[in-house]
Amino acid sequence: MTYFPEEVVEHIFDFVGSHRDRNTVSTVCKAWYQVERLSRRTVFVGNCYAIRPERVMARFPGIKSLSVKGKPHFADFNLVPYDWGGFALPWIEAAARRCPGLEELRLKRMVVTDDGLELLARSFPNFKSLVLISCEGFSTDGLAAIATYCRGLRELDLQENEVEDHGCQWLSFFPDSCTSLVSLNFGCLKGEVNGGALERLVARCPNLRSLKLNRAVSVESLNKILARASHLVDLGTGSFAVDHRTDAYHTLMNSFPKFKSLRNLSGFWDASPCCLRAVYPVCTNLTVLNLSYAPAIQGDDLIKIICLCFKLQKLWVLDSIGDKGLAVVASTCKELQELRVFPCDIYGAGTTSVTEEGLLAVSSGCPKLNSLLYFCYQMTNAALITVAKNCPHFTRFRLCILDPGKPDPVTNQPLDEGFGAIVRSCKNLRRLSLSGLLTDQVFLYIGMYAEHLEMLSIAFAGDSDKGMIYVLNGCKNLRKLEIRDCPFGDIALLKNVAKYETMRSLWMSSCDITLGGCKALAAKMPRLNVEIINENEETDEFEENLSDLHKLEKIYVYRTVAGPRNDAPDFVWTL
Amino acid sequence: MPTTETGKSSTESEVSGLDYEETQLTLAPPGGSKSEPEKKRGFSESIDLRLGRPALEAHAKDPASGSSHGPVSGAGKSPASKAQVVGWPPVRSFRRNALRSCTYVKVAVDGTPYLRKVDLDAYAGYQQLLTALEEMLSCFTARDYTNERRLVDPVNGAEYVPTYEDKDGDWMLVGWWMFLLHARD
Repeated sequence: MTYFPEEVVEHIFDFVGSHRDRNTVSTVCKAWYQVERLSRRTVFVGNCYAIRPERVMARFPGIKSLSVKGKPHFADFNLVPYDWGGFALPWIEAAARRCPGLEELRLKRMVVTDDGLELLARSFPNFKSLVLISCEGFSTDGLAAIATYCRGLRELDLQENEVEDHGCQWLSFFPDSCTSLVSLNFGCLKGEVNGGALERLVARCPNLRSLKLNRAVSVESLNKILARASHLVDLGTGSFAVDHRTDAYHTLMNSFPKFKSLRNLSGFWDASPCCLRAVYPVCTNLTVLNLSYAPAIQGDDLIKIICLCFKLQKLWVLDSIGDKGLAVVASTCKELQELRVFPCDIYGAGTTSVTEEGLLAVSSGCPKLNSLLYFCYQMTNAALITVAKNCPHFTRFRLCILDPGKPDPVTNQPLDEGFGAIVRSCKNLRRLSLSGLLTDQVFLYIGMYAEHLEMLSIAFAGDSDKGMIYVLNGCKNLRKLEIRDCPFGDIALLKNVAKYETMRSLWMSSCDITLGGCKALAAKMPRLNVEIINENEETDEFEENLSDLHKLEKIYVYRTVAGPRNDAPDFVWTL
Repeated sequence: MPTTETGKSSTESEVSGLDYEETQLTLAPPGGSKSEPEKKRGFSESIDLRLGRPALEAHAKDPASGSSHGPVSGAGKSPASKAQVVGWPPVRSFRRNALRSCTYVKVAVDGTPYLRKVDLDAYAGYQQLLTALEEMLSCFTARDYTNERRLVDPVNGAEYVPTYEDKDGDWMLVGWWMFLLHARD
């Protein structure tokens, strides 16, 4: 290969797609490193503090697509303080300086500012796609900048971000000359948008295939939009609530049959059962249905719509579907690959919810099921063992029994055997979340059998340090480990320190880790950042006053070549 | 009799879907009474908040055991304070906020034009709810009885007992509370 001209090597590398393979290829020799880095078009940074942005841009000047993740996953559940970090601006600035050809930016759990968005909008003439997931720190003014300056924008996809509402006009900033939009998702915005501007934008973008409206978009407005966008593949419906005695309702009822290409439906923010009927004509073609934001649609109405969706591959619902509804899913949706059942009533004791029966039904009726997120009030070992037998293809298995530490209600035993069966049977399992009463035994099973496991989430589980040690010693491919409220202490933390350099990150909160333990870890492993997150205001000078025996509330450990970060707030101490 | 209505019609359509348990306002997860006396974790202190009982389930905290004091404010406070384990269940805040309004109910006093919309989510327990109702329906005062509180019309001395109409249309007693709700169809 060394005798081939660079262009030929580069051409061969075109066929090397995955990040991992390209990373491997670049380590073969200097020549390959050079060819690879100059021809690399896509870079994924799983932890924004693992490397400095300047270094990424310097190495890969030709990138067109950049994806960066910020805060730890548990930030989704308010376990990470608000201003912990994860700032997007340094990445945008570095890219603006070095990689003007950037076309796509995808950010997850990062703090994005309006200034950052404006810089982004002005810096990349070929910019095509912005995807922001679970981000915060920006407002509709930032979106206005994107609309104004990104000529040729194809995709603006905002998923579950916290966006400050500064008015409805941002959409009007898309110039009349903007006709390139393929995907527009502003479902997470709280405020209204200018209805006329939205309708005109949709009308002049003939390639628009994905449109997700926010709750503030009324049915009247939706009707006008639907009249202009019959090629949609993916629709988020907006509010979807209207009185059945109005003209708007009748128009809605007649709007959907013409949508031959529609495959994904979501939104339904305020949908009532009678409005839901409007989409029946397209159900037979649906592959994705998300009704998880529609609490007014109860079990029987869910059943009515699911009965029609026999091509469904992905279904997100609330637990008001009940075991009965899941039985209908099992008998209808033979193509189902992903199921998510969310709790409707987070604080109370809902009668309509799901149990192990529903999961059993789906596992036996849906042979292609490979991804599960299931919130329920109880689970049994017997059910999990049967599910494991029925569905050996799980790649993602997340079970959340709402009562922490709850045992099998039939046998009063921990759920070790049930989860053990899952990891033994599902040889391709990459992601696992545990719940219920669990002892160290389940971790023994996970260490032994979960060879491909990459991400493990543990809460209120285990008896001793042994549990965590089993996992660290066993799971060869583990990348992310997040633990809360478990009896794991310094012995577990320090047993296999080399492991952490093979992983992206470790999160532990409300465990038994002490300051001394973290100091020891940091001393042994200089290429890890050992962050102590201390929100207790009383211990401001805690660096001097705390003894090594002091138990730490939250720690975040991650490998990095960037050293301690320079943007850490006061309450974060990097050892 | 004219009724005063507040709020958007869209959230009212959800009222009819409410059932008994949703309005019962128990704070403990529906795992019910703790059957695990040997539990070694701190969470049991933090989430068992059945109204009228002390917040702690009297599990002596095993010093050899695991979990530290969870980040919970409820332990030791009055049963009516709304305390939960932070970040549990693991549901994104976006989703939590989006589904908030499914706990709205309309409150009416039988035979009067008073009608108010109340977000059950905003109240940690019956006592707080009653206090809030007192404020809303300001012509009534609450009188304490053993184990019960009732709304009393100061004009005629009549006592109003809160009752609840479930989805089948039956009038139900809600625990030791009886609460009058109008569910709109």
